[in-house]
Amino acid sequence: MKANDSPVLAIRVHHDDNVAVVAADVQAGGLVRLDDGAEVPAVQAIARGSKIALRPIACGEAVVRYGEEIGKATQDIAAGEHVHTHNLRRGG
Amino acid sequence: MSEKFVFQGWRRPDGRPGIRNHCLVLATVACAAGVVREVARRLPEVVAVEHAHGCGRGGPDLALQLKTLAGLVRNPNVGAAVLVGLGCEVVSPTLLKAAASASGKPLETVVIQEAGGSRKAADQTEALARRLLAELDNLPREEGTAADLVVGLKCGGSDTFSGLTANPAVGKAADRLVELGGTAILGETTEMIGALGPLLKLAESELVAARLKAKVERQEERAQQILGPLAGKVIAPGNVEGGLTTIAEKSLGCIAKAGSSPIREVLDYGDRPSRNGLVVMDTPGYDVEAMAGMAAAGAQVILFTTGRGTPVGFPAVPVIKISSNSELFEAMSDDIDLDAGTILAGKSAGQVGEEIIRLLLQVARGEKVRAEVNGQAVFAIAQEGPAF
Repeated sequence: MKANDSPVLAIRVHHDDNVAVVAADVQAGGLVRLDDGAEVPAVQAIARGSKIALRPIACGEAVVRYGEEIGKATQDIAAGEHVHTHNLRRGG
Repeated sequence: MSEKFVFQGWRRPDGRPGIRNHCLVLATVACAAGVVREVARRLPEVVAVEHAHGCGRGGPDLALQLKTLAGLVRNPNVGAAVLVGLGCEVVSPTLLKAAASASGKPLETVVIQEAGGSRKAADQTEALARRLLAELDNLPREEGTAADLVVGLKCGGSDTFSGLTANPAVGKAADRLVELGGTAILGETTEMIGALGPLLKLAESELVAARLKAKVERQEERAQQILGPLAGKVIAPGNVEGGLTTIAEKSLGCIAKAGSSPIREVLDYGDRPSRNGLVVMDTPGYDVEAMAGMAAAGAQVILFTTGRGTPVGFPAVPVIKISSNSELFEAMSDDIDLDAGTILAGKSAGQVGEEIIRLLLQVARGEKVRAEVNGQAVFAIAQEGPAF
């Protein structure tokens, strides 16, 4: 797969969100584009419907979607990384 | 929508019109299931409902079962009913008939032990149902409007797109319905865990906010008690495969179905709304149990969004299926009525919300939804014990 294929749309609901949902499969190195035109390179392959980090998120920091906290990062997450059960958990 | 939201319904003695005119053949206890099934074989035009409830539980569960079954009988889409029991159960046909008598509908009872066994009970039930069906055929129709509709809002088998496409579109449709004077019920208290903040902003009064907060916190406490450290993960494996990670993420997507109208009332499971507009009902997230609570509250139709895909329908109540993504719509086109995945291709939630309102009108006018065509009708009642 070419890494420079046309960017994949990612949907961010709220401007405070630090994750977005990719609307199609994206390859490692592939570009993800937000509705405002901002682009983030995916550091790994991310499947359609999964979340991508839009900026670095430190371990313990809130992961924000819909402008609300959906849980906390359980490890440092780099911009462009896949965010799911391996690095995100709901706080107590 | 330029077309006027009017339909020809069946006005019931206790108020709202039905958009269907069904004869219900309802088991009051699990032991009567065989008779009800036999009658359904003989008379496919009845809505036959059997279930595992009606006896052998503690007081709170049985009271909830009686209330929910009575609510189903009172649902405006039901014109008449035959209640079939065994004879020694707690929720007997006599008890259920009394609980549903406010409906003013023709209600008949059959008791298997008194009829002399299941074959004779099935004969009696069939004869009664035939007579009721003939009576229902002669009921006059009357004009109904959106203000007469109670619409349940439900999501099941959610994925990360649900909160981006189908649920916001349903939220727009709910806003429109409320503008037109109708009533929308948001349920699934377990899927408000982690989303209380945005919901409280919709509460019409401090009383509504306090009740809402109490209901959601009770569910959260129950989840903590029963599941302990797993409480933050009360989502189905399919949700996780669909990209959802935490209950808060699922909840925030879930409540998008409510739209932006003020929440006017917080109902207990199966209670009828006393006011039109957006109301919240305390139900489990579990699809069939949540729909039973909404049907018992008098919902004539349910808007049901899905990301993973589900065929479930509900007895006597059309369930309109809305997919969150177009791949699902194509893969399960037999089960899905409308695709909100078009939002990913550029449509707005408002546009799809209008499509939903147009479809709602068609269904109110008699168009069958996929679940009705497929004969998908499942029934289960929430329990006081753990259910998510």
